[in-house]
Amino acid sequence: MEPLRIHQGIVCPINRANIDTDQIIPKQFLKRIERSGFGQFLFYNWRFDDEGNPNPDFPLNQPQYKGASILVAGENFGCGSSREHAPWAVQDFGFRVIIAPSFADIFKNNTVKNGILAIQATEEQVQTIMKKAETEGYTLTINLEDQIVYDSEGFKFTFDIAPYPKEMLLNGWDEIGVTLKYEEKIAQYEQSKQLVHTK
Amino acid sequence: MERPKNIIQKIWEQHVVHREEGKPDLLYIDLHLVHEVTSPQAFEGLRMNGRKVRRPDLTFATMDHNVPTRQRLVIEDPISKKQIDTLQQNCEEFGIPLAHIHHPDNGIVHVIGPELGLTQPGKTIVCGDSHTSTHGAFGALAFGIGTSEVEHVLATQTLWQAPPKTMNVKVKGKLGKGVTAKDLILAIIGKFGVKFGTGYIIEYTGEAIREMSMDERMTVCNMSIEGGARAGLISPDETTFEYLRGRKHVPQGKAFEEAVTRWKSLATDEGAEYDAVVEIDATEVEPQVTWGTNPGMCIPISANVPNPEDADKANDREEIKRALEYMGLEAGQPISSVKIDHVFIGSCTNSRLSDLRKAAEIIRGKKVHPSVKAIVVPGSFSVKMAAEKEGLDKVFTDAGFEWRNAGCSMCLGMNDDLIPSGERCASTSNRNFEGRQGKGARTHLVSPEMAAAAAIAGHFVDVRTFSAQEVG
Ligand code: SF4
Repeated sequence: MEPLRIHQGIVCPINRANIDTDQIIPKQFLKRIERSGFGQFLFYNWRFDDEGNPNPDFPLNQPQYKGASILVAGENFGCGSSREHAPWAVQDFGFRVIIAPSFADIFKNNTVKNGILAIQATEEQVQTIMKKAETEGYTLTINLEDQIVYDSEGFKFTFDIAPYPKEMLLNGWDEIGVTLKYEEKIAQYEQSKQLVHTK
Repeated sequence: MERPKNIIQKIWEQHVVHREEGKPDLLYIDLHLVHEVTSPQAFEGLRMNGRKVRRPDLTFATMDHNVPTRQRLVIEDPISKKQIDTLQQNCEEFGIPLAHIHHPDNGIVHVIGPELGLTQPGKTIVCGDSHTSTHGAFGALAFGIGTSEVEHVLATQTLWQAPPKTMNVKVKGKLGKGVTAKDLILAIIGKFGVKFGTGYIIEYTGEAIREMSMDERMTVCNMSIEGGARAGLISPDETTFEYLRGRKHVPQGKAFEEAVTRWKSLATDEGAEYDAVVEIDATEVEPQVTWGTNPGMCIPISANVPNPEDADKANDREEIKRALEYMGLEAGQPISSVKIDHVFIGSCTNSRLSDLRKAAEIIRGKKVHPSVKAIVVPGSFSVKMAAEKEGLDKVFTDAGFEWRNAGCSMCLGMNDDLIPSGERCASTSNRNFEGRQGKGARTHLVSPEMAAAAAIAGHFVDVRTFSAQEVG
């Protein structure tokens, strides 16, 4: 995964609370066997009408948010099922950072595993960003090392993140990458045990 | 002297590869079971990162969820077919042994693991499937994992896991005649609720558990997850060892005796402690039937469907009301008066040979009620063969049951076995969630004996007095 130290990107606002995993990626797209390619289905029922035509009112369809990599949304983002298809879709669409007043637990865990930084901000900070993002090309910068978010107009705030996920995101490690650093210990363990083979 | 330990603590300690402050433990996984639904993205992840499967020789795959049980080799749904074909390709590419649909070892993942002797005491076992807890019946630490974790185990044969809290579910006394392992686990979940085990790993102990066969113990452990516990297990004993002796992947001869000595030392020590203890009296358990939309919503066959007005809390009243509405039941109606349209005997909870034998005993020489459609889906190809050798298939088909091929089938309806909306099914599976067996389908969980009796009577009946009854 790409390390995430300093990230600068266009902000796309979706001003709704309780965006659940069914809305992030509707059920009909779960039977795919790939992990990639879910981006095209992100927020499908909001982005497209019944005939499959883009809904011009939805931010993701508006030209001013083209190429956005920072998503700002209302509280309890990612609630619902544990499906990993939700963060897969968010990431595949091109988002690296989500800012919201709160996140559902499982979704938040799943973001780290997929290299997405979920920033918990205050309701006020989120509303400020929502307003500012109405201006075309509004950009935020996130410095993960220092745990700050800022723009070019002097708006700035700090955020919290636990050490373990921070380290993983900063270095672009996926959990497997981290674990493989213990390869030697795993190999030692294997040598010390009688393992029962399946073949 | 060392502090006495319970079996959960012993197995955990034996599998810690690395431990450090501020991190979960890095736990070694002895056996990784794989099926077609939760694995494709994990394999793709490996490919994208150029990674290999660390221990294909500790991994075993089967196809079960999507497998058609009528005509085994014709998969009409293109997506199901794709998942099956993908698993086959992945297993070939990464060198993982696979019990393909055509293979005699094929069956539901939680049925074949024990059958093949892959499931053994003291092992850590994972699978991208929440009913992995089944394997705990052998004194193994077995739990379900998500797709990222599947990939993690494929790549590293380990998982980062915080040490669990342990709980002892003590079963006092013996089960009465006609009362089964399924009734016991339903009664436990009914009594303590669907969340009582959250954050814990359970050990089941007590006389009733000791008296159970391995098939029965698997039924109990299978539904641990329905009580919120990721894993549930039973200390191994002679019953366990006798079941395993001579099985395909178990050490043979002198090596087996040595293994037994090791396995014996796993059992919970005298005086070991748990983080929590709950008790249930087996002598008071009656045959159970679920009336609602989660497994905790169950009552004895002699009872009436609950009335929302009797609940203390407003939330509970709402929940009961919603469940009754979905299930199309009247508050206060005797559960034995509820007529059924379908019977499903199968699933990783109750599709083993002894389950089929007991159900066959009930229906032998009788006929399925004219308004009921009944099917039997053996848990594995080998269960099917063994049952046919004993003539059980004849007993079922003579009574009017359909005799199917092995698979998950109607347990979750990913293949074409679905219950139509609004229709009612007496099912030996483990989940009665809304829509589980089909959109609008109404599922009642019961034991194989109770399902068989209901098939004949056309409604729920007390299996303890059933054989004596006039059937009609
Ligand atoms: S039988 Fe049902 S519960 Fe068991 S593994 Fe298959 S789908 Fe899951």
